[in-house]
Amino acid sequence: MLRLEGLRAAYGRIEALKGVSLEVRAGELVTLIGANGAGKTSTLKAISGTLRSSDGRILFEGNEIHRLTPREILTRGIAHCPEGRRVFPYMTVRENLEMGAYARADIHGIREDLERVFAHFPILGERLRQAAGTLSGGEQQMLAIGRALMARPRLLLLDEPSLGLAPTVIETTLRIIREVRQRGVTVLMVEQNAYLALRMADRGYVMETGQIALEGKAGDLIENEHVKRAYLGG
Amino acid sequence: MKRIGPGLLAIVLLTVPLWVGNPYYVHVLIMAGIFAILALSLNLLLGYTGLLSLGHTAFFGIGAYTSALLALRLDWPPWVGFLAAVLVAGLAGYGIGKVSLRLRGAYFVLVTISFAGVIYLVSVNWMELTNGPLGLPDVPPFSLGLPGLFELSIRTKPAAYYLVLAVAGAAYFLCHRLVRSRIGRGFIALRENEALAESVGINGTRYLVLAAVVSAAMAGAAGSLYAHYTRFVSPEVFLFTYTVTMVIMVVAGGKGTLVGPVLGAFLFTALPEALRAVTSWQWQMLLYGVFLILTVFFLPKGVIPTIETWLRERRASP
Repeated sequence: MLRLEGLRAAYGRIEALKGVSLEVRAGELVTLIGANGAGKTSTLKAISGTLRSSDGRILFEGNEIHRLTPREILTRGIAHCPEGRRVFPYMTVRENLEMGAYARADIHGIREDLERVFAHFPILGERLRQAAGTLSGGEQQMLAIGRALMARPRLLLLDEPSLGLAPTVIETTLRIIREVRQRGVTVLMVEQNAYLALRMADRGYVMETGQIALEGKAGDLIENEHVKRAYLGG
Repeated sequence: MKRIGPGLLAIVLLTVPLWVGNPYYVHVLIMAGIFAILALSLNLLLGYTGLLSLGHTAFFGIGAYTSALLALRLDWPPWVGFLAAVLVAGLAGYGIGKVSLRLRGAYFVLVTISFAGVIYLVSVNWMELTNGPLGLPDVPPFSLGLPGLFELSIRTKPAAYYLVLAVAGAAYFLCHRLVRSRIGRGFIALRENEALAESVGINGTRYLVLAAVVSAAMAGAAGSLYAHYTRFVSPEVFLFTYTVTMVIMVVAGGKGTLVGPVLGAFLFTALPEALRAVTSWQWQMLLYGVFLILTVFFLPKGVIPTIETWLRERRASP
């Protein structure tokens, strides 16, 4: 579904991606793990077009997308949940969800998808007119994922979904991600919490200094000595 | 109440020259109207996209000089000069936006400050064109119509009042439509969370440049009105104090609201005049400062947002 071939990208003179190649197949949940500054977030940004790649190719369903604008990439079916602050704090829950469909024009489809998000996350339906910034961390995470789904993506890019959340909220988040998969959405997830990520993913890639250092089935990576030592603390 | 309020306000605004006999008061209202256009224009950037333009008076001055020069040197009718002022100021906004908005934040602030500084120096030193620090006297009053066919000259204060009211009304309407449109939603999204806004497909630079163009063009319109109303333009229009006044109006009235900047413009045009009437000039500036500090202290979000919050809370707990 998605293939990166020797992707390079830089912030000014600092090269963040030094030839990244990876693949995500339809229906999979693939995770990208690695230390801070390894290039995980940059990889997602390059895919969604918010970071221009300088070399290499990105193929989505067989077509090159690395020269498209973020908006064109979004309309082709790739939605990106960036890390950090996840919602528009002063917009209401409803407005946040509508922002997810900003690039779409089919009013009926948007309404349908809104209903579907409410069916999925009833709590959001109850808080429609509340400012998103007043939601709890878990609710904001739900809203962020719900908003990404409003673009009707076939591939969802999740950046650090567990960052800054309480353990019980992380459990909720993982449940949401599993549900998203069951709806047939393919997921590429960046995580610092390697154990968490590998436990739920099908396959994983380990990034080190802008390159893919290791790849394999999630189950195998958990058992891998290098991964254990470097990322699982054991 | 919701329906009666705006209607009543419209009637009051439309009949002001009929029951306000003193031309001085009408003059204050005209200046408030011109500043209201400026405050609305600055608010579009500061309130809705979150960009602080600390050289906003440059666009005001460019509008004033464009309009005045076209009337004095080329004999163009003022309403054509008005359109030209809007256009030239808008173009300047485009240029500034293009060079600075790739970087945003502090860079935008710096570029706008420097731009106003440079334009000020040009207006002082380019004697042949601008007459330097002496300024341009005898700018003709605004007039509507076509040369040779008919002409409606706006010489009296009530006429100028209605002209400014019409333009301010149009500016308000434009802002209203814009911020409630899809594009306006995009501005707000960029203000609240830029990374997220881009992730939902909003082209940040493009939208912010658009906001800068519309905002600058509106300031240019205010400049043109100012030039033909006061009938004198000098490099003073580029001074930092004008920008500061605009920022005060927007922030005190309530940035990110539509009514706030208009109210702020009215309050902070009327206040210095009122103080001048009751006390000497030393006390005038001092009291102005005290009033400003009190406003920031007690209404940090501005008058309108504070009233809105108060109303909402009252409704929530009857």
